[in-house]
Amino acid sequence: MIVIQGSNMAEAHPVGFQWVMEAKRRGAKVFHVDPRFTRTSAVADAYLPIRAGTDIALLGGVIRYILDNELDFREYVVAYTNAATIVTGEYRDTEDLHGLFSGFTEENASYDQSSWQYEGAEQNIPPRDTETQRETAAGLEHESHGAPVGGDTQRDETLQHPRCVYQILKRHFSRYTPQMVERVCGIPQDKFLELAQAWTANSGRERTSMLVYSVGWTQHSVGVQYIRAGAIIQLLLGNMGRPGGGVMALRGHASIQGSTDVPTLFNLLPGYLPMPHHADHPTFDEWVDSIRHPGQKGFWGNARAYGVNLLKAYWGDAATADNDYCYGYMPRMTGDHGTYQQVLNMIDGKIKGYFLLGQNPAVGSAHGRAQRLGMANLDWLVVRDLFMIESATFWKRAPEIETGEIVPEECRTEVFFLPAASHVEKEGSFTQTQRLLQWREKAVEPPGDARSELWFFYHLGRIIRERLARSTRARDRALLDLAWNYPTHGPHAEPSAESVLYEINGYDVASGRPLSSYTEMKDDGTTAGGCWIYTGVYADGVNQAARRKPGSEQSLVALEWGWAWPSNRRILYNRASADPDGRPWSERKKYVWWDAEKAEWTGYDVPDFEKNKAPSYRPPPNSSGVAGIAGDDPFILQGDGKGWLYAPSGVLDGPLPTHYEPVESPVRNPLYRQQANPARKVYTHPVNTLNPSPPQEHSDVFPYVFTVSRLTEHHTAGAMSRNVSPLAELQPEMFVEVSPELAALRGLSHLGWAHLVTSRAAVQAKVLVTDRVTPLRVDGRIIHQVWLPYHFGYEGLVTGDSANDLFGITLDPNVLIQESKVGTCDVRPGRRPRGQDLLDLVVDYRRRSGDLVHRYPPMVTTDVADSSSDQEA
Amino acid sequence: MGVRRWVERWPLYRQLTGTDPLGRGAAAKSARSLTLTARTDTADSVARSVCPYCAVGCGQRVYVADGQVTQIEGDPDSPISRGRLCPKGAASKSLVTSPLRQTTVRYRRPYGTEWEDLDLDTAMNMIADRVLAARDETWEDRDDEGRPLNRTLGISSLGGATLDNEENYLIKKLFTAMGALQIENQARI
Repeated sequence: MIVIQGSNMAEAHPVGFQWVMEAKRRGAKVFHVDPRFTRTSAVADAYLPIRAGTDIALLGGVIRYILDNELDFREYVVAYTNAATIVTGEYRDTEDLHGLFSGFTEENASYDQSSWQYEGAEQNIPPRDTETQRETAAGLEHESHGAPVGGDTQRDETLQHPRCVYQILKRHFSRYTPQMVERVCGIPQDKFLELAQAWTANSGRERTSMLVYSVGWTQHSVGVQYIRAGAIIQLLLGNMGRPGGGVMALRGHASIQGSTDVPTLFNLLPGYLPMPHHADHPTFDEWVDSIRHPGQKGFWGNARAYGVNLLKAYWGDAATADNDYCYGYMPRMTGDHGTYQQVLNMIDGKIKGYFLLGQNPAVGSAHGRAQRLGMANLDWLVVRDLFMIESATFWKRAPEIETGEIVPEECRTEVFFLPAASHVEKEGSFTQTQRLLQWREKAVEPPGDARSELWFFYHLGRIIRERLARSTRARDRALLDLAWNYPTHGPHAEPSAESVLYEINGYDVASGRPLSSYTEMKDDGTTAGGCWIYTGVYADGVNQAARRKPGSEQSLVALEWGWAWPSNRRILYNRASADPDGRPWSERKKYVWWDAEKAEWTGYDVPDFEKNKAPSYRPPPNSSGVAGIAGDDPFILQGDGKGWLYAPSGVLDGPLPTHYEPVESPVRNPLYRQQANPARKVYTHPVNTLNPSPPQEHSDVFPYVFTVSRLTEHHTAGAMSRNVSPLAELQPEMFVEVSPELAALRGLSHLGWAHLVTSRAAVQAKVLVTDRVTPLRVDGRIIHQVWLPYHFGYEGLVTGDSANDLFGITLDPNVLIQESKVGTCDVRPGRRPRGQDLLDLVVDYRRRSGDLVHRYPPMVTTDVADSSSDQEA
Repeated sequence: MGVRRWVERWPLYRQLTGTDPLGRGAAAKSARSLTLTARTDTADSVARSVCPYCAVGCGQRVYVADGQVTQIEGDPDSPISRGRLCPKGAASKSLVTSPLRQTTVRYRRPYGTEWEDLDLDTAMNMIADRVLAARDETWEDRDDEGRPLNRTLGISSLGGATLDNEENYLIKKLFTAMGALQIENQARI
């Protein structure tokens, strides 16, 4: 079975979808859950329409169904998850606290996680300050968790202890009944039961089910908890680490996985090492210990080697044991330096210069007006792109020109547009959505002044280092000592991408021999490597990412096509595909197993386990690091080696997923008194006005729910499709899909115009009346949803208003991703007004929905009105 | 021409009697189309590439003649895509050869109302000047308690998800050495 939720896979990832169809042909059931009926729904066995922003209520319903009927894969759950682990007696659940967990601190709206810990406090590492973690997106920065937990836990493998995770889970999800799912999500109970029954029936020893999501899950103020909820189901049903199982994140850009692994992100260094924080990581040792948590089990125990290797790759010969490998050169975070904080700082005049590298925030980021006003208040802006994008021409073409908010003659931003090389005009590797690196050969030279980013940054660094060559200032040492000698070739002195890949892979400093595995990394400076999880991509001096053995000439796992991190493993945690004794769970689902004769793990994939660690291995007392992982602990990055149904630390908005309403919702939370995520990241800024939601007054001014997503023919902010004539011709216009019922209610006509209004903006679109979007009965009333594509802007062959202008800025607390899949709006017939009239319209809506001052609801909802199911204790 | 040969020239006849019952191959060919040669056959070189749009990572073959991209097709060897491309991937040749691509540096001076031309070397030097100036004006050595900061909050960057791993690596390395923290990309969006 394949469950697709928060993703329109058939239209947004069409070629990947061939495998869903292949599975369906072989008998797999396909379920699609989405606010809108799409081509994915059309070929699914079942489609469940859902109110945008309520997925946790549905998934929680599935979890309750599994637990109530004891349909979990018990042997897997007991052995491989933390179901049996006992939690401290101080823990209080949302059941007890009206939708909050224990440890909530009102003054900084964040959780003290100490009451969430496993029993045996002396085992536990004191959690870091969680407000700092939110500001620095540190909640999940070690990717597969790695958050601190004590090594030796107390367990009740009968799962009967009232404080074991299994029982906590049961109680936490007890109110997520089929009736409640219907009431919150608008999904009829029989549809819900069809999903729950199929999911459980198609999981276990003989069968597995896969869960597929995309940004329909991540772009929410509780996005991380959506994915946690999906992961809980997959763990309870034994679908993790097994073929045909897993939680599949379909990412939307050619190397968005790569740009997270080798990050251009403020809070991360390559390989998910944290960017240093001024108070928490003043010294090298404190930085390393915050990653490896001395005494803790798992592969993060070797973090000192990963850190030393990165610093050696950065600063080469200058990095020595005596100077802590130049750790002192690293810039330090003091709080939130994320893209939305940056934009607000631009509006406030705190930022001087901005680089845009193949990204177009004027269209692609939430609150487009804030983006453009920010760019109009810089000293300088460098745009590197293939096309003249909206973010390069805001000073003459933005909607704010017409309203008078940006006046070219008064806008001081100096703009440099530098043309970029396309994907066929340079060589290098992309990391696709399954962590697979694929190398691209260069086909032709880039035209004219177009250059690769590799060229631009190598030469920018070269010029800057030449300027500073005679500097004696301490602050310039980090630039002057930087290892920045890459061989160049060709008429434009293009740096060698392979030499950069070699540095990312890592090498023995004395001999230059490329490392084959991160297990070869030393913490004494004798090896250097820029991204430990990528070590092996250049093993034996061979560019493994360039391997192209035809799929038809190898097994289905295709280990000789490209290279997947880590260590070319195609399914993570695949130790779980075998039972605790190392035997396949079934012949049908055989994947990786223990060969007792050879005393090694073997199988179709590279085993995600120490090759010679027997299933019977038990760590000696007080062991730590890799040695602390038992032979039947498949989740080797976790401090307890277990899959986490319950997260005792590391997730900033709760150890378990809980349904909160979107920040903008027409509905009072039917489950709890608490309306929205109490730990969400909020920006208080005059530009960031929010629409009111219950129990605040006047939410009826914005009565409709809107959501946005992709078209097959366009790509994100549109630069790579609205400038390409065949694609522009196929989808030439901005439109909005509305139901026949809403069209009748609001006087909209098919192919006529409508405009949508929020407290930020009004955008216009052609009307497409269709029953692809359907009104839902939610908590006793009808909720109308509308859908828009978000690709349009004011440049290119085809233009239109930008849907992202409608959104305000509120973020998930763990990863600082914005809620841009759901908001509230009004829908009106006709085109939007222009110029001053447009500003007046938006101001009028703000006035009618409260007052002109931005109003933020309190983080903790105290109003008990309408919160009928959450009875006072 | 005999009647038999005349009838055999009918595509429908060949479709019904030949090896191409769907009429999408040999049966549909005319005398003229029989003589045509595919651009892929006459290419000087073929580069093994990967689609630049979404993250599925479909294999592409980029055909080049006389230094120009003449065709981009799905790579049948790819175990991911098996030769298929979606409408965007199939339009990749139109993407890289689009007449709307910018190929020269453009410059808008402060308070300017029009673009101007600028030499690439000049632009690089002007950008380096501005980076160094912004860095100097906003440099922070230490926090209030004397702990190191080593940074500038005067410079921001956004982008990377469409770029290569090697490019992201150099961007992060250089910005980190400059003390520029505020680097972000689509993965945050």
